[in-house]
Amino acid sequence: MAPLAAPDMITPDVIDVVADSARHQNDPAQDQTMVLNMGPQHPSTHGVLRLVLEIDGESVVSLAPDIGYLHTGIEKTCEAKFYQQVVPLTDRIDYLCPMTNNLAYVLAVEKLLGLEIPERAETIRVLLNELTRIQSHLVWLGTHAMDIGALTVFLYCFREREELLRLFEAVAGQRMMTSYFRIGGLSMEPPIDWFAKVQKFLKIMPSKIEEYEGLLTGNPIWMGRLKGVGYLSPEDAVALGVTGPTLRASGVDWDLRRDMPYSGYEKYTFKVPTRTEGDVWARYVVRLEEMYESVSICQQALDRMPEGRIVADAPKIILPDREQMKTQMESLIHHFKIVTEGFAVPAGEVFQAVESPRGVMGYYVVSDGTAKPLRCHMRNPSYATLQALETMCKGKLLGDVVAVIGSIDIVLGEIDR
Amino acid sequence: MAEYLTLETVRENMPENAALIALGDLPVKAKFDRNELTVTVAAEKIATAAKALQLAGYNFFEDCTAVDWYPSEPRFQVTYHIVSMKFKERIRLAVLLEGDDPALPSITEVWPSANFYEREVFDLFGIRFTGHPNLTRIMMPTDWKGHPLRKDYPVEGYR
Repeated sequence: MAPLAAPDMITPDVIDVVADSARHQNDPAQDQTMVLNMGPQHPSTHGVLRLVLEIDGESVVSLAPDIGYLHTGIEKTCEAKFYQQVVPLTDRIDYLCPMTNNLAYVLAVEKLLGLEIPERAETIRVLLNELTRIQSHLVWLGTHAMDIGALTVFLYCFREREELLRLFEAVAGQRMMTSYFRIGGLSMEPPIDWFAKVQKFLKIMPSKIEEYEGLLTGNPIWMGRLKGVGYLSPEDAVALGVTGPTLRASGVDWDLRRDMPYSGYEKYTFKVPTRTEGDVWARYVVRLEEMYESVSICQQALDRMPEGRIVADAPKIILPDREQMKTQMESLIHHFKIVTEGFAVPAGEVFQAVESPRGVMGYYVVSDGTAKPLRCHMRNPSYATLQALETMCKGKLLGDVVAVIGSIDIVLGEIDR
Repeated sequence: MAEYLTLETVRENMPENAALIALGDLPVKAKFDRNELTVTVAAEKIATAAKALQLAGYNFFEDCTAVDWYPSEPRFQVTYHIVSMKFKERIRLAVLLEGDDPALPSITEVWPSANFYEREVFDLFGIRFTGHPNLTRIMMPTDWKGHPLRKDYPVEGYR
């Protein structure tokens, strides 16, 4: 944690703002601006984000994010773990889309190993990823609406999110930190009635999204707070590294699921919603449309769900079946070896990017041929998107900063890691 | 899967690659491994290489990080991932640095999005980026000692 600032000194690490307010140091009468601290304990910063704002009356002159309050050194921890032990760490990076993190990591390691994954595992992964996307967007919509002042939506969104968390619990035994994906497949077969439950959820979900739209889309207060606020031009969005729905709301048509497909996404048909307004409203519309598309992808995945194994045929990498372990010597040996010494991964470096609910999430894994990663780096969408916050808020009203933070859907866990 | 491990074989087998054409004689090493192209350039040429790639249609900066190869030399490898939305292709730029006071030019002039990423590498690896507008610690507290992601920094921290 950063030490508390002395009263006469605004923390030295936010030097942009300090430099700005020092402009008129010699002539205090000229100094019209005031420095305002927002966070880290603030209900609408979606975690522990601290913003130092320089304001002139009600308008924002400059803004500097101060991050690192949630830094837990996950990248350093990864270097001390076996490859398979890293999976539970990846859940905790972006706690709203654990499955997406799992997927990016296991795909990266599978690329290093050159493993082929059975189609059933791939399809279940896609299904779970899209359910995760819906879940994450539901949390975003609920909290974003709550920031703006529409409290009811939060309860509606969390009602459906609860259903999704129950589905996750049924497959993984955990509601949030699922760790369900394994290097080489999945940890276990979903329960027998699970697919029927998913089907039931997919049936009702579109009507629920219509319900949220009914609460918000035509609402004059909602439109007044969102339209024309936090504009980001497509050029700025690309230059500042913005990805995901925020980028697509600025009119840049870029979605990794379609443009650089992974895990069999090329087999699904779906639209990539884009808008050209580039404001908070456009981001709201894009995310809502994305939820409909995710429901459609889930349905396609359910319809084409192939039969077969859920793990690759690689006994030295995947833990054996418990029953086999009790009867077969080789299985017992493999189990012992994997648990005690891990498995060696051929030397090399890979970067695997996936489209998370927030944008491009990439895992850069470097192996030196041992059983522990030499380096495991995460490229997280929120981290880059946060850089665009100043561009979106500069010269605009202080009250809109909260709306803009909500609209870019940041998760501080993945920013700080 | 095809695999080319030297600059010559990469050039020979990928003559159409826009990135290699744009980089001209800047690459000192290259490899094409697991469907990913890695090009190593000299540290002082990184901003030039980034600009050349940007002009060639590699418009999106995705990631910048470092790898510590301690105790071997050159110790640090700074890695950039750059995507072309036009070609739907990714290229990895790498720079190798000696362990003694590692420094290289910043590419924030080319891609402003590199700002936070270079600050992170500076904070966690102690690699300086010359020309960076605000090279301060970003993850760790300002008064922190050491650079945690270096291999000679213990996992539990200094006691």
